[in-house]
Amino acid sequence: MNLTLHVWRQAGPDAPGKMVIYEATGVSPEMSFLEMLDVVNEGLTERGEVPIAFDHDCREGICGSCSLMINGVAHGPMRGTATCQLHMRSFKDGDTIYIEPWRARAFRVIKDLAVDRSPLDRIIQAGGFITAPTGSAQDANNILVAKESVDDAMDAAACIGCGACVAACPNASASLFTAAKITHLGLLPQGQSERYRRALKMVQQMELEEFGSCTLHGECQEACPKEISIDTITRMNRDFLRASLLGTRP
Amino acid sequence: MGRLGSFYGSMVGKKVVMGVTGLIGIAYLILHVLGNLLVFRGPTAINSYAHFLKSTGELLWTVRIILIVAVILHVVAAVQLTQQNRAARPIGYTRREPQVATIASRTMRWGGALLLIFIIFHILHFTTGTIRPAGVFSSEDVYANMVTSFRIWWVALFYVIAMVALGLHLFHGAWSSVRSIGVSPKSPQPFHRTVSLLLAVLVWAGFTSIPVAVFVGLVR
Ligand code: HEM
Ligand code: FES
Repeated sequence: MNLTLHVWRQAGPDAPGKMVIYEATGVSPEMSFLEMLDVVNEGLTERGEVPIAFDHDCREGICGSCSLMINGVAHGPMRGTATCQLHMRSFKDGDTIYIEPWRARAFRVIKDLAVDRSPLDRIIQAGGFITAPTGSAQDANNILVAKESVDDAMDAAACIGCGACVAACPNASASLFTAAKITHLGLLPQGQSERYRRALKMVQQMELEEFGSCTLHGECQEACPKEISIDTITRMNRDFLRASLLGTRP
Repeated sequence: MGRLGSFYGSMVGKKVVMGVTGLIGIAYLILHVLGNLLVFRGPTAINSYAHFLKSTGELLWTVRIILIVAVILHVVAAVQLTQQNRAARPIGYTRREPQVATIASRTMRWGGALLLIFIIFHILHFTTGTIRPAGVFSSEDVYANMVTSFRIWWVALFYVIAMVALGLHLFHGAWSSVRSIGVSPKSPQPFHRTVSLLLAVLVWAGFTSIPVAVFVGLVR
């Protein structure tokens, strides 16, 4: 199949950028979206042009490196799928595809479609960990955890930190990302001792990084390749409110 | 910064304030729409109800002050959050396709601004009698105030339009507020919002019925 691509090109963080049109020819439906870009880049390289920069690593939907706003939808048209797992069979011959980087004040464009997502790392550094010494591996059932808590904690832990929630949010809020980690650790016994401090510190860091606030449009849940629920945001708000009422110190 | 300062200083804190003040507004609106519907039982019913409210004196003023403070906090937080949210994405997308955002969620800001204008107009119109579209006003005869005003097309239309904004605001707000303040139970289908749909439709229909009924001559 043949496609017309409108791709954001920007030489560097401070360089001006613009949408550039490319024709992608001979694309097969079995290709992944990133393979399609690889082919386009080969063509560019052969013509002596600078290939399109985009982030990727595992290409199997687990590392969270790939990004891309595809036709106005974070990670493209397939629900619960990262860009690397999106295949060209989701498009038709002759389609026009807009490809843009994640847009947020907090996510600086490094080059073309690659953005700096280190603000998310700093949110994790602010509280997305436990300090209880866990020692060497214990017997699996030493600490009993309710089935429901395990299920919800593991659903939240599925976050791969790709930043699609920020990209899809009309307010560029990182609430779903932050809430997923607060929920994951806050539901497990090992995460209890810092539960309220964690909520305060992670929310604080999220705001220092100049992400927006949650208006509950729900776009983040739709965009999330791991389909993490906005219920985690309710839980983050609850923990933050409790921490404030309890007078927890950050 | 004190505890309260750092709470309100955070966007999550501001949203809690919006949620709580919004819920206060919703609770009031439910009572308000039920009271107003007395207009369909004739002048005596609604006028004596209005008289009863005014006879409560201090209680009436307590409620009024709570509502005024709630609206001010709600609006101030809305403006601050909107500014922060706009700043969070200085460069937008060439193409963006919202997936699940509703008309309601996307009109909270403009709809809210219209509601603010409406609230001010409404108080000057029916409470203080400062604005008199029909040229007459009586603080004793609420029924007559409604009937004379809503015969005027632009007054009826303004109320009808404002109530559309209110219905949309409530459809999103009733659902989102309980999440903002962290009290909503978890749900396998967070986007199912039967309760807020019901609430929004009933409040909208209740309020809208009055100017419409007067304008078409059902209530005279
Ligand atoms: C009739 C009176 C009003 C009621 C009952 C009401 C109710 C609500 C409720 C329940 C919410 C949801 C809050 C949350 O998600 O935590 C909300 C949100 C909102 N309201 Fe109102 N509201 C009223 C008037 C206004 C006015 C006058 C404005 C105007 C400036 C306004 C602007 C907003 C905005 C912008 C939001 C979205 C805030 C966000 O999510 O960031 N509202 N309102
Ligand atoms: S490249 Fe690793 S998740 Fe897509």
